Amino acid sequence: MKFTLSWLKEHLETDAKIEDIADALTDLGLEVEEVVNPAERLAGFTLAKVTAASQHPDADRLRVCTVATDEGERQIVCGAPNAREGITVVLCKPGDYVPGLDITLSVGKIRGVESHGMMASERELELSDEHNGIIELPSGEVGQLFTDWLAQNRPEAVDPIIDISITPNRPDALGVRGIARDLAARGLGTLKPLAETVVPGTFDSPVAVRIADALKQKGAPLFAGRVIRGVKNGPSPAWMQKRLRAIGLRPISALVDITNYFTYDLNRPLHVFDMAKVTGDLVIKPAEGGERFAALDEKSYSLRAGDMVICDDAGVESLAGIMGGQSSGVDEDTVDLFLESAYWDPITIAATGRALKINSDARYRFERGVDPAFTRPGLELATQMVLDLCGGEPSHVVQDGAVPDTQRAYRLDTARVVSLVGMEIPEATQRETLTALGFALDGDMASPPSWRPDVRGEADLVEEVARIASLTRLQATPMARETTGVPEPILTPLQTRTGMARRTIATLGYNECVTYSFIDGAAAALFGGGSDATRLENPISSEMTHMRPDLLPGLLQAAARNQARGFADLALFEVGPAFQGGEPGEQVIQASGLLVGQAGPRDPWGSRRPVDLYDAKADLEAVLGAIGAPARAQINRKLDGWWHPGRAGTLALGPNVMASFGEIHPKILREMDVKGPAVAFTIWLENVPFPKKKGAARPALGSSDLQAVERDFAFVVDAQVEAITAVNAALGADKKLIESVQVFDQFTGPKAEAQMGAGKKSIALSVRLQPRDATLTEAEIETVSGKIVDKVSKATGGSLRS
Amino acid sequence: MQELRDKYLTAVAETSDEGALEEIRLAALGKKGEISLKMRELGKMSPEERQSTGKALNLLKDEIDAALRAKKAALADAALDARLREEWLDVTLPGRPRRAGTIHPVSQVMDEVTAIFADMGFAVAEGPQIEDDWHNFDALNIAPEHPARQEHDTFFMHRAEDDPRPPHVLRTHTSPVQIRAMLDQGAPIRVIAPGRVYRMDMDQTHTPMFHQIEGMAIGRDISMANLKWVLEEFFSAYFGIKVKTRFRASHFPFTEPSAEVDIQCSWVDGQLRIGEGDGWMEVLGSGMMHPKVLQSGGIDPSEWQGFAFGMGIDRIAMLKYGIPDLRAFFESDLRWLKHYGFNPLELPTVFGGLNR
Repeated sequence: MKFTLSWLKEHLETDAKIEDIADALTDLGLEVEEVVNPAERLAGFTLAKVTAASQHPDADRLRVCTVATDEGERQIVCGAPNAREGITVVLCKPGDYVPGLDITLSVGKIRGVESHGMMASERELELSDEHNGIIELPSGEVGQLFTDWLAQNRPEAVDPIIDISITPNRPDALGVRGIARDLAARGLGTLKPLAETVVPGTFDSPVAVRIADALKQKGAPLFAGRVIRGVKNGPSPAWMQKRLRAIGLRPISALVDITNYFTYDLNRPLHVFDMAKVTGDLVIKPAEGGERFAALDEKSYSLRAGDMVICDDAGVESLAGIMGGQSSGVDEDTVDLFLESAYWDPITIAATGRALKINSDARYRFERGVDPAFTRPGLELATQMVLDLCGGEPSHVVQDGAVPDTQRAYRLDTARVVSLVGMEIPEATQRETLTALGFALDGDMASPPSWRPDVRGEADLVEEVARIASLTRLQATPMARETTGVPEPILTPLQTRTGMARRTIATLGYNECVTYSFIDGAAAALFGGGSDATRLENPISSEMTHMRPDLLPGLLQAAARNQARGFADLALFEVGPAFQGGEPGEQVIQASGLLVGQAGPRDPWGSRRPVDLYDAKADLEAVLGAIGAPARAQINRKLDGWWHPGRAGTLALGPNVMASFGEIHPKILREMDVKGPAVAFTIWLENVPFPKKKGAARPALGSSDLQAVERDFAFVVDAQVEAITAVNAALGADKKLIESVQVFDQFTGPKAEAQMGAGKKSIALSVRLQPRDATLTEAEIETVSGKIVDKVSKATGGSLRS
Repeated sequence: MQELRDKYLTAVAETSDEGALEEIRLAALGKKGEISLKMRELGKMSPEERQSTGKALNLLKDEIDAALRAKKAALADAALDARLREEWLDVTLPGRPRRAGTIHPVSQVMDEVTAIFADMGFAVAEGPQIEDDWHNFDALNIAPEHPARQEHDTFFMHRAEDDPRPPHVLRTHTSPVQIRAMLDQGAPIRVIAPGRVYRMDMDQTHTPMFHQIEGMAIGRDISMANLKWVLEEFFSAYFGIKVKTRFRASHFPFTEPSAEVDIQCSWVDGQLRIGEGDGWMEVLGSGMMHPKVLQSGGIDPSEWQGFAFGMGIDRIAMLKYGIPDLRAFFESDLRWLKHYGFNPLELPTVFGGLNR
């Protein structure tokens, strides 16, 4: 919403400076976006007087002037024909920037005569296009600031333009008068009274108006207007054109300009029909649907059933409250007109405007809410202005419907206001504020004015009082914790775990990513998602159509992007939500790590090797350890389809899946354009059980001083036998004595098969025996060893390697 | 005696290998060594003679022994020195590689913010990111005809044709967590709710997903002046410099009165400096909770009152750490992750400081 200072002063009696007005507006909630102050570029120029002027010795058209300035007499060479003794001029001194010339002056020599500055023309100061001579002022003293002189004598020349943004709750501030009212309430001036006029009609309107019954209740409560005949629609007066231009509107004709002026001045949109182009009466009714409507914006719209329109016998002439029609619009030949002032229901206007995608000043205002009570007074004031500017003769007013009742009242609890805002605002001040804003007070009940549809409860009264009192003045008041002493932890166990997982994975050398929660449907489908339930109805791009079912697709896409940039080896991770369905709560927290390419760079130590599933497994186990997962989970091969079926595993506790790890399926890599190898792990953080124990104490350390014994065993087993089978069997051989079993080697492949037979491999176990009571004898060791061999052979179907 | 001494000490001094040194030791101090033999002769001497000769012999024996040991150590040192000279390695070669992981700025800043608000007695609340329209809009006093509900900045979930319910939305703000937290816990309550939010906006300075943090405190007499204190304490701790705020009246459907909050700042040579100068930068929206919102959360507005605020996490991360482009937050460019990321062991704490 733009306006100029002089326009504001039409409604506000004030001497306040533009800076103070701007600060107050922002503080009041009418946030200033920009102030354009033409006086700024004229700052510094002063008035001077030519005390003598003589012919330049070497140039016919130049005169050498002696000029009285605030810094004494100066000699200035001037080529203007009106440069002569006795005139008051505007002086630009050496060092001054002259906006119209885009130069900074310096002392010059013109044809051998020194010149100390210049006397400016209007064009040189960008005041107008006038350049026939230098400015001659009819008044003013030497040394007076030119901007001061302009402010007194030609205020429009230095009229600042203010642009403010209006929050949706303040339709009243969409007119200059509403803004003035806020400023007056703040104490920055006095709101001038608005003239009240009733222009008597001299004949009956030849046009009747009627609101269809369907719309009277809601869409169109009130429609009023009158015919004015015999007008002359020329250009609007200069003052009006200037104001409209200043706020970015193009003056068109007096009639159009008047409607625009009322829109911005009083938030009273109007419409004018050319009577020569209207046949019959005007009826407000819902469109049937499918009608074409050529609007004033020169576009054609297909109306929906129910869109509110104004029709004559010929059809739709106006889209009510949004935009008039081309066929009945006024032009310079208009002689008889119908001036419309109506009140439209905001929701109806918003729905139609949105559906047809028409933006207009009228729609903008009606959908936020104009003052319904001002419909008739606005019509009268506009009539008067038409008569003043275009002449003509008005009819009686015709009207259907009535001003909707907006009467309501809320209790002003002045103590509660103070308590909520936390600022001492005396009761009298609170009441004065509301009164100044147009509220009617009856005891402690406050009735909002008709132009404030947003005020809907006691809380709104608090807001009005607070913003006028100024939130900038608010003093910070400490708020103690609710409890004293050392505060208790505030994170839930899951929140702590999530943070622990995140920082552990990063410690393992992964870079944390935050990728979008939505991915493309194809990628989602690859990872078990992509259903309609997780589809966005209005995605912003085809890359972001579905909620991600898993974190891996996002990480793989990130990997592909990095590979395209030349980074082949990556360790990326993300901790965040994955979406199983489209209902609130169908969301789980995952932690996923992705390793792509080589485990290390090329270096002299041969660190470069492809990442493999054991890298992912080691990292997974480190994270699970850090978040307190139980050590003994089972590994199975119930895998989702995006894992390599032979090189991946799932860690579960019964049916409860905690994590998966392994190689990504080569097909997935191909689909997602990632150059492998790629291995990953995914942890379902909520599925990892929390430790049951309470308290921080740990069980006593069961260490023994007796010498532990390590024995190695190698077994020949079928190639598909899993090491864990052998390990578990060995552990079971003597649960008391055997402390740990490690796989320390495996021998597989063609060479192994050559030695041990087709389809065979060897695995080597190191078993650590920890005696508790007495040092082990060789016989005891032999006994245990025998048990181990038996158990492992039986469990694996293999035999001790000889 | 003197002769013996000269003979062996000279021999020790002149020897340059350990084998010869051992021979000297045997010759002098061995069982059949010259000095040992002389010791044996002591028995034949008179007591006086024995005493003086014995003492001299012992001294001589110790002296030669010490010389032998010293020489031996010197030879060993020389040998070690010679070996070490051969064992030179190029120390400028790289160490074995170890990846350095990083924490994303959004996570780091969330932890920073959590640490600060935890110190002021706020817990962390969470809520779903796919929300029903009641929690996201109605409960927050955003009427069905409110522009935010209609226009293009809300992502809607697909709704099956046979499902009469209004479509769910991707939460457009963290404010629905206010409602869930109130319904869960009642009053009094102090929570923050950081998390992802979604709006249909994608340009130079907007991404369709970003992060917000919601704050809410409800008590018997919590006021907007308390809100100002909380925010100033927060910003000062967060930026590590005393930061003033400016409250400006504004409008949000879920607060009344509402204020936009600016923080003090200045631009020096194109560089933003928080906490100094006379400029202001808008950073968040806030206000006293609307009575209807309290009611939606099952809290009686005639008994309780409180404030709420919402702030962009990505934005305050950009301000604090000088990150220029929001879009890069979600692109996972390795160079960006490494440059703007944080050491995972730098867990922000109030006691350890919040500035990295």
